[in-house]
Amino acid sequence: MSNPNNVSLNINHELSFIDGHALTIPTLSILNEEGDIYEGATAPDIDKATAIHLYETMRFIRALDERMQAAQRQGRVSFYMQCLGEEAAVTASAAALDQNDMIMAQYREQAALRYRGFSLDQFMNQMFSNEKDLGKGRQMPIHYGSRELNYMTISSPLGTQIPQATGYAYGQKVRHVDAQTGELNSTIDNITICYFGEGAASEGDFHAGLNMAAVHEAPVIFFARNNGYAISTPADEQFKGDGIASRGVGYGIKTIRVDGADALAVYAATKKAREIVTTKGEPVLIESIAYRLGAHSTSDDPSGYRTKDEEAKHKGCPIERFRKWLLKQGWLDEAQDAKDKETIREEILAALKRAEKVAKPALEELISDVYDTPIPSLQKQYEQLKEHILQHPDAYPTTAGRLK
Amino acid sequence: MAKMNMLHAINSALDITMAEHPNACIFGEDVGYFGGVFRATSGLQEKYGKHRVFNTPLTEQGILGFANGLAAFGAPALAEIQFADYIFPAFDQIVNESAKFRYRSGNEFNVGNLTIRTPYGGGIAGGLYHSQSPEAYFAHTPGLKLVVPRNPYQAKGLLRASIKDDNPVIFFEPKRLYRASTGEVPEEDYSIELGKAEIVQEGTDVTLLAWGAQMEIIEDAAKKAAEQGISCEVIDLRTILPWDVETIAKSVIKTGRLVVSHEAPITNGFGAEIVATIQQECFLHLESPIARVCGLDTPYPLALEKEYVPDALKVLAAIKQSVEF
Repeated sequence: MSNPNNVSLNINHELSFIDGHALTIPTLSILNEEGDIYEGATAPDIDKATAIHLYETMRFIRALDERMQAAQRQGRVSFYMQCLGEEAAVTASAAALDQNDMIMAQYREQAALRYRGFSLDQFMNQMFSNEKDLGKGRQMPIHYGSRELNYMTISSPLGTQIPQATGYAYGQKVRHVDAQTGELNSTIDNITICYFGEGAASEGDFHAGLNMAAVHEAPVIFFARNNGYAISTPADEQFKGDGIASRGVGYGIKTIRVDGADALAVYAATKKAREIVTTKGEPVLIESIAYRLGAHSTSDDPSGYRTKDEEAKHKGCPIERFRKWLLKQGWLDEAQDAKDKETIREEILAALKRAEKVAKPALEELISDVYDTPIPSLQKQYEQLKEHILQHPDAYPTTAGRLK
Repeated sequence: MAKMNMLHAINSALDITMAEHPNACIFGEDVGYFGGVFRATSGLQEKYGKHRVFNTPLTEQGILGFANGLAAFGAPALAEIQFADYIFPAFDQIVNESAKFRYRSGNEFNVGNLTIRTPYGGGIAGGLYHSQSPEAYFAHTPGLKLVVPRNPYQAKGLLRASIKDDNPVIFFEPKRLYRASTGEVPEEDYSIELGKAEIVQEGTDVTLLAWGAQMEIIEDAAKKAAEQGISCEVIDLRTILPWDVETIAKSVIKTGRLVVSHEAPITNGFGAEIVATIQQECFLHLESPIARVCGLDTPYPLALEKEYVPDALKVLAAIKQSVEF
């Protein structure tokens, strides 16, 4: 071991401290509000099909969010969380990945799941906790997950997915390590991306996960969505120093900060990050700066902690910015776009009505999946419950009629 | 068969697993070249390389977070927490994540490949923070399995079964017995079924039940009781979650009496769950109240350890009280 302390000794004879804000990290921005490329900036290599798919995903999620926010207010679903203001950050980063890369998200990344192909009905079935929900009606709305689409099921406790992403990514890498030499014997084919908000970066899991990823060189992209608010707590009451990006540098991780309302900047940064991760087998941190235009969730009311003026300052809609660029590329037909927008709204409402009518999960789903097979105590509890329900069918209308 | 101590037996189970699965990884604090503070992983880094057997930074929360991710990927994740006393920083990752991974996702994802090994229990003059038996905290969490071996043979067979089981398992290793307990252990692979208690000694007057290092104590108490003409049936629970109600109930129906003993504090210890269940299952067969001989409701002490522990003499007193009730 050449350097037991793992630091570079730059001997200095003057007593001085480094300021906690001394590190100022630049923010990559490529596309301006008018949909033009900034002077000196280079647009990433993105083909028309990808760009259109990206745009359609953002537009779909905006429509879904609006509709489901309203549905929650009508009492049709118990809870909802919008992606409002961060559509570009989430969708463009997902677009820069391979379909087989694992996504481990926090909860505000429905656009990434949609980009992968999660159907409208699948979204609705999860939100209505019906028997077609892949999660079998066990979690609150928006806690999606899909093995087929490599989208790890969302968990409510904050930040827990961060060290898990390190572990998952390590598994993706260890297959490519030569047992004899201990070196990577090929580039890594698939990686993990881990999304989290700047509030989650205060959790111990964040520090544990980044440190372990750096030390063990796990092929993971940490994608911090710094949207200014952790529920109602503004970022300046959440942490000091230069954003979340400075922490990545502190852990010895390659780091970049991007304008999260700029789909092209996010796409370019994530594409490059993936290249670093697959070829070098080490983690990268991306900090996206966007503004959470909506509330934290339907249980939150931002008017209690921020002003309309502040919100107005951040109205630069990420979808509109990208739409203008697409129009200038000649890749989008404005009339067709307006028509499509209307069609999507109708489809969402129809799917909502369909999902509402689907039955709740069967009673057996109460005890399945706790273990790979129900243990004896659970089987016994189930039999007792079933007997009780059969004796009082009117009190348990959801399941009574379906029991054999 | 070879003579092994418990550490050798555990090492052998890990070695078999590493050879069996190309992606299996062993990780934790100091487990790499050094082989762990107790040397349970000795020689495995040399054999399987530093990418599969490695030291982690000092973060129990990180070790379990990483382990959950690796297991969800599909690789056998063999995580070591250096002392069970230090498992609490990882509590959230275990009870909210490992335990609920399969259920919350409708089996889209699971961490059945996860095995957490951790030395537990007192008897090594370790004081408050190197002596705890935290099994009851985890026994309250559906989705986990908890296993405790009592000797080297059991350790290897139960650890192999824990690793092969398709659920997350916490494997508590009685550290007092690591070197003290030796015995014949097959060098080849074998497994002992989880969820089954073992009747170590048959008897007719009273059932004695414990697990892990406490088995030595109740076996000793049974010997002392025999000298006084009391016949004890001695049972090793082996798996705390899910636990073998049937075997225990059958024994208690036969003997009419039960004494449960564990090192952890008595209040809300796992003994409480056993007593409540057996009382319901065997109410009409009980000849005396079920007794518990456990640790006091204090942190585990250092200087007065001998007074604190539920030793054979205390168990014997409970046996006599039960028989003479």
